[in-house]
Amino acid sequence: MRPMRSLLASAFAAALSFSAPVMAAEEPAMPNVGWKFEKLFGTYDLASAQRGFQIYSNVCANCHSMSLLHYRDLEGIGLDAGQIKAITAGVTVPQGTDDQGAPKEGPATPANTFKSPFANDKAARSANNGALPPDLSLIVNAREGGPNYIYGIITGFAEAPSTFKMQDGMYYNKMYPGHQIAMPQPLQDGTVEYADGTGTSLDQEARDVVTFLSWASNPEMVERKQMGVRIVLFFIFMTGITYAVKRRLWSDVH
Amino acid sequence: MAGLHKSEFANPVINWIDTRLPIFTMMQKEYGVFPTPKNFNYLWNFGALAMVILMIMIATGIFLAMNYQPNTDLAFNSVQHIMRDVNFGWLIRYAHQNGASMFFIVTYIHIFRGLYYGSYKTPRELLWMLGVVILILMMATAFMGYVLPWGQMSYWGATVITNLFSAFPVVGPKIVTLLWGGFSVDQPTLNRFFALHYLLPFVLVGVIFLHVAALHITGSNNPLGIDVKSPQDTLPFHPYYTVKDSVGICAFMAFFACFIFFFPNLLGDPNNFIPANPLSTPADIVPEWYFLPYYAILRSVPNKLLGVCMMFGSLIVLFVLPWLDTSPVRSARFRPIYKMLIWVWVAAFVVLGICGAHKPEGIWVILSRIATLYYFAHFLVVLPILGKLERPLPLPESISQPVLGRRSGGGPLPGAAPAKPMEKA
Ligand code: HEC
Ligand code: HEM
Repeated sequence: MRPMRSLLASAFAAALSFSAPVMAAEEPAMPNVGWKFEKLFGTYDLASAQRGFQIYSNVCANCHSMSLLHYRDLEGIGLDAGQIKAITAGVTVPQGTDDQGAPKEGPATPANTFKSPFANDKAARSANNGALPPDLSLIVNAREGGPNYIYGIITGFAEAPSTFKMQDGMYYNKMYPGHQIAMPQPLQDGTVEYADGTGTSLDQEARDVVTFLSWASNPEMVERKQMGVRIVLFFIFMTGITYAVKRRLWSDVH
Repeated sequence: MAGLHKSEFANPVINWIDTRLPIFTMMQKEYGVFPTPKNFNYLWNFGALAMVILMIMIATGIFLAMNYQPNTDLAFNSVQHIMRDVNFGWLIRYAHQNGASMFFIVTYIHIFRGLYYGSYKTPRELLWMLGVVILILMMATAFMGYVLPWGQMSYWGATVITNLFSAFPVVGPKIVTLLWGGFSVDQPTLNRFFALHYLLPFVLVGVIFLHVAALHITGSNNPLGIDVKSPQDTLPFHPYYTVKDSVGICAFMAFFACFIFFFPNLLGDPNNFIPANPLSTPADIVPEWYFLPYYAILRSVPNKLLGVCMMFGSLIVLFVLPWLDTSPVRSARFRPIYKMLIWVWVAAFVVLGICGAHKPEGIWVILSRIATLYYFAHFLVVLPILGKLERPLPLPESISQPVLGRRSGGGPLPGAAPAKPMEKA
């Protein structure tokens, strides 16, 4: 979807190239990771998405909520009911009130939505230097450039050039518009340890977490594409049939 | 007692109903044997296509409304609930969202067909004007629908567009307060937009009924733009055009399905995946693609009131088009100069669309001004004068004559009268 969009955009840009110098200034290059799931019939690499979920829970979840996801949805990245139970057993959530009317807490169930790190936006801001870590449920769809952009943010941290004036509590990021982001670099080489022995370079970690976030933004994608193939073929076939019928019917019209 | 209708249907049940309420006879007359010019090309599919999409929009819309919450705190998440938790909710929602774009693609082509073949000319003026009403109602419906998911673009688009009305002197601010139901886009706005978004499609159904009723009085235009002269020129609607329309509908559905299943967000804006936030304005506020040409017209004028008037004027001018075009010849096929200029007008419309997607700076301002100028000049200056100056090509004697002529290897048939130029009215 996004390759298509950038293709269209560059076609316009080429057609109107005389205006290019006005636009080109300061735009950081969008990385092109070549995601498998961005291909026309591509699916998610589930092992990668599971590793990405591990990164999200160990790292990102300290600051970012994903409030649109339920624990049960994790079946979509190939976790089974037992694995999901094991995850929810370790999460404590509010559970209404007890018999005396006092608020009660208990272990989460698969039907619960992901637990948010902060009680509300104010709490989130005060813990993050006044900046609000956005909810990540739809983040891949919510940014121009999609997964490539998010990958660019995660891998885009660097030493600020000496001429660049940084504000207090901000971090230099090549991808972020304006290059100053309130998020400290979340991932480095070896930030996590993978049970399946996959290498933990920053590149690998970023790919995994972005795969997970892409699934989270579009959990229906695989089912959608599979259904799409059949429906598009059906209508192409029907176009052929009706066209043949039309030709025969009209053959004696002069 | 007035005589009952004499039904000719053999099936006793149908006959019984038809005798008392002759809807079957009516369908038979209007869609069965209805005499239709036999020389339609595939551009004549687009009316039927628009009808199909309207039905898809209403069907998907009703299912969306069953799970949607018109409440500023809940709307965004309720749409995501539809996408994630409702069975096939993603299909219904993507069909509705992309269906709106399809509706405009199809309608714009349908309108182009009318412009190219002069379908707005006498006796079809009222038919055309009802079409313009349909376009405006569609726009209002789509605009209000886009507000419902309550994303950033929903909110800020609604704010920018409703604010336009404040440009009108005296009544302007009152209109805006009325639209908002308060002093900013907020809960009351969302509520009334939902109510209207549910209502307007059914108003559309009514106006479309009149549009089609008017069509069945005047009969269809055709690519030659000449009147039907004899039964030889026509075919019964069924099966000839029911089958031909089916070809178009299947091909269109394949196209539509590519968007729903493979590129569902291609035509959308990433900002609308962010919940509405009155405290943070997006860097660029752009309307949906189908509004971009009008948005460019609005922004091409430095004065707000004038810009708003031009924007609405670009639609209003279509109402009087039948009287602005002074040429008695309908089809562009026989109008060599009009045939070129209509493409210039289309180019201006497309350029406006591209300009509308860019910030009004530098080259985009200049381009949008030139295109706006031509958009209006085409209707207000070129067409009135062109009709007097242009020498149309000779018109064929009848619809069947040129078709027969082509089949037998070119040239008029022996016995057929030679083509003669149509006298100027
Ligand atoms: C220490 C807290 C913290 C952690 C841990 C953290 N983030 Fe962030 N993140 C933030 C804050 C704060 C912002 C808002 C930045 C701003 O507005 O300048 C942010 C913003 C973002 C953005 C949005 C950038 C944009 O274009 O607006 C993305 C994407 C993101 N984080 C992804 C991640 C991912 C993926 C992880 C885990 C690998 C992660 N973050 C871990 C605090 C954190
Ligand atoms: C002329 C026909 C219609 C058009 C052009 C139209 C257009 C739209 C558009 C553009 C959206 C926003 C889609 C998005 O970005 O999410 C929308 C949303 C919506 N529409 Fe319609 N619509 C039509 C008919 C209807 C009808 C008849 C109903 C109800 C019976 C309906 C119910 C809804 C609901 C509940 C939403 C919000 C859910 C969502 O955003 O996906 N629509 N519509």
